Amino acid sequence: MDDIFILIPGRTSRQGTALNEGKLKADFIEETQTLFICPDDMARRGFVDGERVRVRSEFGQVELTCKTAKAGELPPGLLFLPYGDPSSRLMGGETHCTGMPDSKGMDVTIEKIL
Amino acid sequence: MSDAAVMESETRIVKDATCTFCGCVCDDMELTVEGHTITKAKNACVLGKAWFLNHHIEEHAVATIDGKPATLEEGVERAAQILANARYPIVYGLSDTTCEAQRVAVSIADRVGACVDTTTSVCHGPSGMAFQGVGEVTCTLGEVKNRADLVIFWGGNPAESHPRHWTRYSLMPKGLFVPNGRKGRTAVLVDVRKSKSAAAADIFWQIKPRKDFEVLWALRALVKGVEVDPAIEQETGISLAQMQDLVQRMKSCKFGIIFFGMGLSMTRGKHMNVEAALSLARDLNDYTRFYAKPVRGHGNVTGADNVVAWQTGYPFGVSLGRGYPRFNPGEFTTSDTLARGEADAAMIIASDPAGNFSQPAREHLKKIPYIALDPHESETTRGATVHFCTATYGINTPGTVYRMDDVPIPLRPAFDSPFPSDETVLRAIEKRVRELLQERITN
Repeated sequence: MDDIFILIPGRTSRQGTALNEGKLKADFIEETQTLFICPDDMARRGFVDGERVRVRSEFGQVELTCKTAKAGELPPGLLFLPYGDPSSRLMGGETHCTGMPDSKGMDVTIEKIL
Repeated sequence: MSDAAVMESETRIVKDATCTFCGCVCDDMELTVEGHTITKAKNACVLGKAWFLNHHIEEHAVATIDGKPATLEEGVERAAQILANARYPIVYGLSDTTCEAQRVAVSIADRVGACVDTTTSVCHGPSGMAFQGVGEVTCTLGEVKNRADLVIFWGGNPAESHPRHWTRYSLMPKGLFVPNGRKGRTAVLVDVRKSKSAAAADIFWQIKPRKDFEVLWALRALVKGVEVDPAIEQETGISLAQMQDLVQRMKSCKFGIIFFGMGLSMTRGKHMNVEAALSLARDLNDYTRFYAKPVRGHGNVTGADNVVAWQTGYPFGVSLGRGYPRFNPGEFTTSDTLARGEADAAMIIASDPAGNFSQPAREHLKKIPYIALDPHESETTRGATVHFCTATYGINTPGTVYRMDDVPIPLRPAFDSPFPSDETVLRAIEKRVRELLQERITN
């Protein structure tokens, strides 16, 4: 069975500056498709920087480029993805009577795209 | 030389301009404007510079209908027809436009019996619910600057999302009662990720994911003198000794504040997480002055809350379908009305739900006629039945926005745009909707 990771989408400086250049431009698309994984998980799963991976949640799947996070930034099992179209595609429509889908802390699996 | 040519060639300085990229709404910008381009943005942060320097007047029709260029009048007619003929319309977005435009949008929603909702519902909407649940001990950023000696950031990364929050308002500035600035303040960061903000904090807690509520509740218990099991460390990643130390600092500070981000409002528990933070701040007022404020994202999302609340009594997720306002997050909020396939028409102002909503919500939006007002192209404008290309608030249009601490700030635009403001377009739509509804009554 695949490992279950917890995905935290969030803001980055580049995501914010690229947003102003345009959400349909290459910089924004590249930044919001970059998945940060802690060094231990990268090694354990045999991922290398720049490799394409498929991330699945209960509600959707997206293809992303993986990148090693700085040591200590993420504990094992936690992933970070800059906010954008891909992170939103992993959300479900249920808001549990709040209006807010579960947008952070999503359970996901990752696999290499062969 | 024509006026337009003079305009193109002259260099002007616009002082005390306002950046509307994020909720900090810094109003000390000094912009160098050459024709229709901003070439320098003194005092702006990296995000503000990107906001100003990337602003260009784009080659675009003022309106498009089904992707084809149209006149403003044709766009207004089609938009009004869509809204007037809908049975369950929704009005959404509003956080990146002026209060003056927001007011007209709410008025249109009232006339056509729409649900009016803002991007608050997918950012700090749960915080709005928590305010109603337990109250908010609030203050302005000016008070923080002048008084705060303990500043806690919880579930956010201000170094990257609000770079000037620290330098202008909360950590670095010298204040009336904090004459030594940063040296006179203790900064605490609580997050699941050791983000770039951690380096600037005196104390950093990397808590386990989805354990914010547990940590906040344990802190509440300690503040009230209730015993906490040391096993809390296995549960949350934070030891009892660390918690006791922070509680001591919180009780003994002169002015403390928790700035909370979407790490609380977007994570499972949502409004309960925020209620825990607000309750902790409230409890601490038995010992000292303590406050809690959300860190808001979009430039006028706080204005959207204020305007919708002035007009309807509620801040977001309001149905006007019965002729009077009803508030119910989860029922009248846009994520839900779209994902459940209920809305049959939409008007989206300065927002991109087609690019950032859940898949079921996006799929439904594609099936219904909708109007989009936005200066820039996005997934939402691409799929819109009617798209109005509008002037950018703050850069091209004057008006009022609210800073994240509910302080209204006037806008000083840098130069005119050939495109109409959101307010102008909305007023034209409102007028035509009114006429159509009147004709229906008359006939």
